[in-house]
Amino acid sequence: MARKLPRKDVVIVGLGWTGAILAHELTDAGLDVVAIERGPWRDTATDFNIGYMQDELRYAVRKDLFLQPAQEAMTMRNNTSQTALPMRDYGSFLPGTGVGGAGVHWNGHTWRFWQSDFQTKSHLTQRYGEARLADLQVQDWGVTADEMESAYDRFEYLCGISGKAGNLGGKIQDGGNPFEDPRKRDYPLPPMQMTYGPTLFAQAAKSIGYHPFPTPAANLSKPYVNPLGISMGQCTMCGFCERFACANYSKSSAQTTILPVLMRKSNFEARCNSEVLHVNLDAAGKMAKGVVYIDQNGEELEQPADLVLLCAYGLHNARLMMLSKIGRIYDPQSGEGTVGRNYCYQTNAGIQLFFEDKNFNPFIASGACGQTMDDFNGDAFDHGPLDFVGGSGINCIPTNGRPIGTRPVPPGTPRWGSAWKKATKDHYLSSLGFSAQGSSYAARGNYLDLDPTYKDRYGRPLLRVTFDFPDNDIRMSHWVSDRMVEIAKAMKPKQYVEGRRNKSWNSVPYQSTHNTGGAIMGADPKTSAVNKYLQSWDVPNVFVIGASAFPQNAGKNPTGTVGALAFHAADAIRNQYLRNPGAALVQA
Amino acid sequence: MKLSGIAAAVAALAIAATAAGAVELPFDQIEAGRYQAALGDCAGCHTAPGGKPFAGGVALDTPFGTLVAPNITPDRDTGIGAWSEADFRRALKQGVGHGGKRLYPAMPYTAYTKMTDSDVAALWAYMQTLQPVSNEVRSNRLPFPFNIRLLMAGWNWINFTPGDFKPDAKKSAEWNRGAYIVEAAGHCSVCHAPKSALGADKGGLTGTVLQGWFAPNITGNLHDGVGSWSADDIVSYLKTGVGHGSIGSGPMREVIENSTSKMNDADLKAIAVYLKDLPAPADKGPAPMAADNPAMQAGARIFAVNCSACHNGDGSGQGQLFPKLAGNGVVQQNDPTTLIHVVLAGSQGAVTAAAPTTPAMPSLAFRLTDQQVADVLTYVRNSWGNAAPAVTPDEVAKQRRASKNGS
Repeated sequence: MARKLPRKDVVIVGLGWTGAILAHELTDAGLDVVAIERGPWRDTATDFNIGYMQDELRYAVRKDLFLQPAQEAMTMRNNTSQTALPMRDYGSFLPGTGVGGAGVHWNGHTWRFWQSDFQTKSHLTQRYGEARLADLQVQDWGVTADEMESAYDRFEYLCGISGKAGNLGGKIQDGGNPFEDPRKRDYPLPPMQMTYGPTLFAQAAKSIGYHPFPTPAANLSKPYVNPLGISMGQCTMCGFCERFACANYSKSSAQTTILPVLMRKSNFEARCNSEVLHVNLDAAGKMAKGVVYIDQNGEELEQPADLVLLCAYGLHNARLMMLSKIGRIYDPQSGEGTVGRNYCYQTNAGIQLFFEDKNFNPFIASGACGQTMDDFNGDAFDHGPLDFVGGSGINCIPTNGRPIGTRPVPPGTPRWGSAWKKATKDHYLSSLGFSAQGSSYAARGNYLDLDPTYKDRYGRPLLRVTFDFPDNDIRMSHWVSDRMVEIAKAMKPKQYVEGRRNKSWNSVPYQSTHNTGGAIMGADPKTSAVNKYLQSWDVPNVFVIGASAFPQNAGKNPTGTVGALAFHAADAIRNQYLRNPGAALVQA
Repeated sequence: MKLSGIAAAVAALAIAATAAGAVELPFDQIEAGRYQAALGDCAGCHTAPGGKPFAGGVALDTPFGTLVAPNITPDRDTGIGAWSEADFRRALKQGVGHGGKRLYPAMPYTAYTKMTDSDVAALWAYMQTLQPVSNEVRSNRLPFPFNIRLLMAGWNWINFTPGDFKPDAKKSAEWNRGAYIVEAAGHCSVCHAPKSALGADKGGLTGTVLQGWFAPNITGNLHDGVGSWSADDIVSYLKTGVGHGSIGSGPMREVIENSTSKMNDADLKAIAVYLKDLPAPADKGPAPMAADNPAMQAGARIFAVNCSACHNGDGSGQGQLFPKLAGNGVVQQNDPTTLIHVVLAGSQGAVTAAAPTTPAMPSLAFRLTDQQVADVLTYVRNSWGNAAPAVTPDEVAKQRRASKNGS
């Protein structure tokens, strides 16, 4: 039986981006907050030591910072006719663990979703008719871009995002993204100094009539002091962002933007190496009483709290809801149930260009220093004559030239030996890639639930991921790949090699850690697990914050929207929920 | 009892009389005492990390052995609850505790002796309001013969001159205020004054080694003192932990967090005015080493790989995050102990409300040999206008051994 601890006002599960933002906001409101984090404590000087952080073998190949399957695995299949099997190693996506979560090892692309993304269903239905969405299960988010503007702004200023506004209060700005929704002010920092590869890409894209702009980056173009008074440094372009933590205080994360202030607060406590097993509900299953967790000594403890915030990785949020019996698990046959519904991913494709007369110095790079064009993203272009909805951001963002992973050799090159070494030498400096990051639209058969067979080390069922790329998304990706070929040709390489997206989803090669959905937000409790403030429809003193709330995924990296949703939920809790604790903020 | 003390006592009595018999100390005096406790950094030694305030427990490593700061809460059995105000004053000003027990000069009575009686009275008033905490502390862990407290009578006879602070009529009131804080409650000399073989201050604030660090020269010396700092730089450093491209760390971190960040701006300015005016014998450092010296060339390569990402290739640092090495006094101290310490063990900046980042330098001991540490420090100490004696591998080796032995 779990030993019961003294009550807290708020218990937060997971101390990554959303947990840190919510903890900061709610401790500011005077609440007594404890965050329970499954992984270890991590801070920059101790754990992201400049002397060994750029260790590709340890961090990129052996994945030192990530969740290990021995701790929690998942099972996967492409459709319900198959039997799901456990992933023996995380491959296609890499969930984080530890303080800072996946925000420690991200690249730093920081996007705002658009009004047409937030109202995917109503917008597309209105523009193209209901029939176009027949095979999809896309939904509206229940919020508008206008409602989210200030939350985005706060996240961008918290992080010190480097970028160029494309639309200031309705006025299109030269050099920014002309397709973005209006923003009230520019980014806190100017764009990063551009490297050669993205510069060439932008020239080619412009020559065809497209609108490239500097990717908004959480790698800092200049030193910055954020609104909490925390200092960050200028990015050194070391090329070790994704899969690595930043040793230079120049990539935004909970560590570099929030924790120095949060950890000093007397009404905040972080408990690390402590894994929450489930949320405790009252006998009627209508209110949460707290959480049960196993601490670092293996002792099972009960932490009572008035308010429970699920701030784990999106997939884990969905699983914790299922394990806690919060809401009803989605059934793809009947289409009923909400938890696990609308699991989405990212529909990516790439293209590699080989030149003879160029030197890109690929090792001078950062995770988000590059150029993007949104001409074919979301609904920025007319889909009227096309056979799909959705789109892709096209990104030329050479993130690194790391020695183990960067082996750009043309097809036909032997995979080992002296010929392979020579090809590496010939092409290392002179090749360049760019990619399409495509939307992933919800389909009835793509969902999360609990595996009937496989269990974790505590005997809890594993999460089962049932997913394949919907035909709509495959058609979209191929159409965008055709556009990428046109841009590639304009860059006049000696050779280009396409990496197109085809069925079926395979959990082995790395693709993207942009898993969304499973506890989606919306206006209707029949089709969403949480309301527009991320409050559970079923257990109103539980909020579920993260990419789990996305009804479908746009052709953009999710972190900007995850951060904005955290501020959005924090505002709702501070300004509305606390006036009448335990009440639903939206009447079902 | 001096006149001011009597006046304070009378005032206290007057208030007590109006409060229906309960002995209450005047609010203003208690607050003044709280401020004296910050000026004197009592918490620095008497509050253990994570422990109850003033309940003792911080171990001080002295060249003569370990002393542990006692419990000074008003607990009768384990604190100073049985003391009278006269006992307290005698401890601060004479180095003699309750019952005639000799204090060791780790308790800086050698400086506190200069505190005014009214400041001591205020501090006493504040101490009376603390929560009594029962915490037995065995203070004296010195080896024989230093564990014999009576020896301190002889030590005092040689090294200790009791007496009040004497203002210098030729200087401004601000200068004198600064001098009073630095010499009396602030007890800056305890760390920053060179020491005799007996561990006594030799006068001046030109720096000395303690606890594996070199407390730097804080006189007005332009080369390695604070002569090149503006008064505002010094105020900023003491208030926030960051100033003039430097970030307070090491033992000074605790002083900034517990003491100087809690001082008012006028007092900080007074300290700055006083320090900058302190005589600075040799303003000019040595000639910098030539860039083509082999150690300098090796150091330049090591710096580029290990240091330049944060401190920049030109040693300019980054604002509140990474110290500026060019022109930094700490870098150019004659004694390289602090630099070696920081490279081997790493260090973390002070945390204050105005500068909450607490950036840290990681330990590079695992990565650099003694020769490499010596070369890179020689390079840092002789580049971008810096000039200081070369660092030898032996000096690094000695400190590496010492840090492995836990001191």
